[in-house]
Amino acid sequence: MTSVPLNAYLIVAAILFCIGLYGALTKRNAVIVLLSIELMLNAVNINFIAFARFGLYPGMIGQVFTVFTISIAAVGAAVGIAILIALYRNRGTVNIDEMDLLKR
Amino acid sequence: MNGELLIFLILAVTSIGGGILMLNLTKVVHMVMALAFTFLSIAGFFFMLEAEFIAVAQILIYGGAVTIMMLFGIMLTRHNDQDESRKRGLKWIAAIGVVAFFVLIVLAIDGINWMPEETAFVENNTAQIGLYLFGHYVIPFELTSIVLLVGLVGAIILARRDRKLNKEGEAHD
Repeated sequence: MTSVPLNAYLIVAAILFCIGLYGALTKRNAVIVLLSIELMLNAVNINFIAFARFGLYPGMIGQVFTVFTISIAAVGAAVGIAILIALYRNRGTVNIDEMDLLKR
Repeated sequence: MNGELLIFLILAVTSIGGGILMLNLTKVVHMVMALAFTFLSIAGFFFMLEAEFIAVAQILIYGGAVTIMMLFGIMLTRHNDQDESRKRGLKWIAAIGVVAFFVLIVLAIDGINWMPEETAFVENNTAQIGLYLFGHYVIPFELTSIVLLVGLVGAIILARRDRKLNKEGEAHD
């Protein structure tokens, strides 16, 4: 019935996770860094759903955990954007290599 | 090649292509739009894996809310920022680390040797998610609502302008 194996989903999720990791490590704009972290969380969600469908013990638990992951990730993004706006107001920059208050 | 494999390949190309566009574009707004493309493709994956509720939630939350919120964040900070890249040495170190991590994951995925048993998957899985959320996982569900409330209030307080201190002109410079 299903012709796409589990490994294909896992490899696509791994590629997306690595793209998100690279973006989070190398991008300079903090908004893009936050968005890259969201991409990493999304790749993990693909793993959850794929294992809920094809795993050793398939069931609904993976989907339930994905609901929790999505909501907590949304909270993280909202608070991150709020911190960014406050920081931009005080420092006048959104570049993460200029956010070095603790280094001085 | 049947239809399911074709749809999977199209979704894989669009999602990974959106991610690579995000890495290579220069304007920040374009990067956000490329990642919105990726998020919608991931919703397509969820549809293929028969998780319709999660797929629709993904479209609503990531395709709508998170993307719009990031666009607001860009609009309120720098309008048309060009994201010039950071130091080259750091970039190469990050690339090597990410590629090593990817090779490790692919080796681990290659080691999977169970045969996935074909499940008679439930047709009304949205109702099943509801039963789990309000049955066995009701305490984490309520805790999530508290986290959402605290995040909402905290975001408002953080992003609010402190007018009193600004008028006195001594605390904030």
